[in-house]
Amino acid sequence: MSIETNWKPKIVAFCCNWCSYAGADLAGSSRLDYPAEVKIIRVPCSCRVNPMFILRAFEKGADGVILCGCHPGDCHYSTGNYYARRRMTLLWSLLDFIGVEKGRTRVEWVSAAEGVKFSTTMNEFVEKIYSLGENVRLGDLRCKN
Amino acid sequence: MKTVDEIREISGVNPYKCMKCGKCSASCPSYAEMDIKPHQFVSYVQRGEIEALTASRSLEKCLSCFACIERCPRSVEPARLIDAARQLVVRRRGETMLSPDEIPALAESDAPPQLLVSAFRRYRR
Amino acid sequence: MEKIGVFVCHCGSNIAATVDVSRVVAAALTEPGVVHAEDYPYMCSEAGQAKIAAAIKEKSLTSLVVCSCSPRMHEETFRAAAKKAGINPYMVEIANIREHCSWIHKDMEEATAKAIVLARAAIQKVHRNVPLFPGESLVTKRALVIGGGIAGIQTALDIADAGYKVDIVEKTPSIGGRMSQLDKTFPTLDCSACILTPKMVDAAAHPNITIYTYSEVEKVSGFVGDFTVEIRKKARFVDANACTGCGVCQEKCPSKKAMSEFNRGLSTRSAIYTPFAQAIPNVPVIDTEACIKMKTGKCGLCQKVCQAGAIHYDQKDEMITEKYGAIIVATGFDVIQLDAYDEYAYSQSKDVITSLELERIMNAAGPTKGHLERLSDGKAPKHIVFIQCVGSRCDDHRGKSYCSKICCMYTAKHAMLIRDKYPDVKVTVFYIDVRTPGKNFDEFYRRAVEEYGVEYIKGQVGKVLPQPDGSLLVRGSDLIDNRQITVEADMVVLAAAIEPEKSVRKLATMLTASIDTNNFLTEAHPKLRPVESPTAGVFLSGVCQGPKDIPETVAQAGAAAVKAIGLLAKDKLLTNPCTAQCNTLLCNGCSTCENVCPYGAISYDDQEVNDHGKRETRRVASVNNALCQGCGACTVACPSGAMDLQGFSNRQLIAEVDAICR
Repeated sequence: MSIETNWKPKIVAFCCNWCSYAGADLAGSSRLDYPAEVKIIRVPCSCRVNPMFILRAFEKGADGVILCGCHPGDCHYSTGNYYARRRMTLLWSLLDFIGVEKGRTRVEWVSAAEGVKFSTTMNEFVEKIYSLGENVRLGDLRCKN
Repeated sequence: MKTVDEIREISGVNPYKCMKCGKCSASCPSYAEMDIKPHQFVSYVQRGEIEALTASRSLEKCLSCFACIERCPRSVEPARLIDAARQLVVRRRGETMLSPDEIPALAESDAPPQLLVSAFRRYRR
Repeated sequence: MEKIGVFVCHCGSNIAATVDVSRVVAAALTEPGVVHAEDYPYMCSEAGQAKIAAAIKEKSLTSLVVCSCSPRMHEETFRAAAKKAGINPYMVEIANIREHCSWIHKDMEEATAKAIVLARAAIQKVHRNVPLFPGESLVTKRALVIGGGIAGIQTALDIADAGYKVDIVEKTPSIGGRMSQLDKTFPTLDCSACILTPKMVDAAAHPNITIYTYSEVEKVSGFVGDFTVEIRKKARFVDANACTGCGVCQEKCPSKKAMSEFNRGLSTRSAIYTPFAQAIPNVPVIDTEACIKMKTGKCGLCQKVCQAGAIHYDQKDEMITEKYGAIIVATGFDVIQLDAYDEYAYSQSKDVITSLELERIMNAAGPTKGHLERLSDGKAPKHIVFIQCVGSRCDDHRGKSYCSKICCMYTAKHAMLIRDKYPDVKVTVFYIDVRTPGKNFDEFYRRAVEEYGVEYIKGQVGKVLPQPDGSLLVRGSDLIDNRQITVEADMVVLAAAIEPEKSVRKLATMLTASIDTNNFLTEAHPKLRPVESPTAGVFLSGVCQGPKDIPETVAQAGAAAVKAIGLLAKDKLLTNPCTAQCNTLLCNGCSTCENVCPYGAISYDDQEVNDHGKRETRRVASVNNALCQGCGACTVACPSGAMDLQGFSNRQLIAEVDAICR
């Protein structure tokens, strides 16, 4: 187990504007708490998330990245989340190859009405990242001070 | 652990989901025999009056027919709470595990016989 | 060099109670490029906006970061404020420190630290913002209403009265919807048909309204102000222009065993039929499953008796393509299937019925001509039991988690009507809660109890047991007397939960309108924009958005109409400038982006490219900004990194990632 007891993971959540970001807003207005380690980046659609962004996050010291989009079939742009799903599948095999644990990235579909799901998903994900510990695999040492 | 939490953990039930519709008591075939009725069972757990529950005649009178589990619209399922209260009685006797050889001896003891029936029904599936 | 101003909102105590705003201000000032930072109790207020304007002027700010509530709430407000003060509105970024921070965290230290990171990410992003300029698109001055119930009719009438063309698409053979199936309406007990049919006639006669019944929306493309919709007009096998509505065909049709949808399957109808006498249009359709001619080729009686020569067995479905500026969804509801509720014996006994079925039984045009009788033996019932919340407020897989809202009132109505017309009949209602918020609603319910002697018992029914003699034993709880009771009834009426019409999910996908897990369409904002879908140009009317009664539906229908009129009244719309852009220097013309674009917004043409002084003509992608909706699918698909999305560019998003991970 990690010796550093006060280590806090850095977690990036990409949320699509139409469903998941609104779901996160609903979690907020419903006061459904989830850990502060999660920081949300708004994107128009889950398909805007370039796998490069996720690799970049890991390189810069993120310990987990979660991508949230509309439920399959409900994408505001019709097909964006399908693209995202395929891209993430490819990214997973790459991360697998590099040796980054599977649990560090996650894709979840959260609708604008699912504040509860957003909150429970984030709680689960943060717990998972705590259990995995610090990400060391992709961290660029030059990026650490 | 507080006994309320224990009941919640054993049963896996959140009693606060109950909306007091009374469908459990409407469905219960042993209703007349019970001192604490199925819907009241939930309220007792909510209030933390677990001692009254463990002493209740309802533990023996519940047939474990699971009609209340089938029909509860809120997934509170009082039979699970009743079963949890029975298990609590057994746990307090220091027994947490049973081997088949011990059952005959236990059957003659003061454990509620319905516990066995319930256990068999539960693990048969 | 950018000069960034950071404005931190307290939102009263909403933010300031959990986030130390002064520390956020101090932290922001340490970021490069930030020349001004301040906090204020209400940034969105006029005084707050004035502070922003003053700072812009005083410090010659080039871009703004506002740390406040969700951008879904006030991004437009702050963009407008920036524009007014002379900054391009797209030089504004919002750090959401309320919904995503102060409201979910309890620890001040933790929340403040997070707010600082969120502010930092927004500052890093705004560094890379560039001024953007929206384009313009034309508005088609025509609206489409999907669904011809009371919601759709009212919306269409309101839009048409404002002077715009409206089309109603209704999938059944007549407009009228659920309301046409009702006998009386609460809390006034006036006859449903008497108040609905004049509206149906108005809609049919209105010069601005076109009604497509027996039709369904097949495909939707385009965007706000310029939707293109394909409508399938299903073959009626009756020429609507020639038909006089005399009804002889229905009389003579030898196939009379088809289930009447209008009477909820409680009576039969002919194969050629209009759903009910006041149907609009009064033009029958042929049910191909029941028609003998269609099945065997032999018969053709209706064609022979039709003096107008209106019947054509070879009629085909017709496709209509039309352009619309606004679309209003008014698809309504149905009651849930009760197959999973075995304990109420709905499928075992004919005398266990739903409230909507009772509505048909009570109606003079219904299966029993308005006589209250048991469907099993035609005898008059002596004791009727009503069971509330059947499938509503259920947290399990069988029912719906929400309250269907209308059941308490219609049950009081049914109970009262029965007691009024048949004073000898005993009426018992098993309820969990009686919910009567609404004008004159509680008075109505109390009248049922006090004046009509309806027996209300608090407790749910556990089981309905059909007896060999045809009676029904109802076992329920009486929670107030704390006893289990068994009553003998001869009719049981179930207040089955309502659910959105099944076809709405497919429709929502076509419209790219958000829909929740219960299949209700999601509104753009639950409080402030309740009749608009998050998808621009799509509006919500009636139960498709959430359970509601007739007055609420009519009110919402009018509200949706006003929103649609507001859109149609504009000649031009500003388009979202956050669209994809192709860097022609990097583009290699591979067509990958063209293939992923859901809007067909990307095309390829030969352009002259100045590649570091070398001029040459290459095949490169170009984006049609009027079609592009800014999803960004192309930006990730592009192998050479030529495609980028304005407002959410690679540089901006990476800057945010870096700022968060720093």
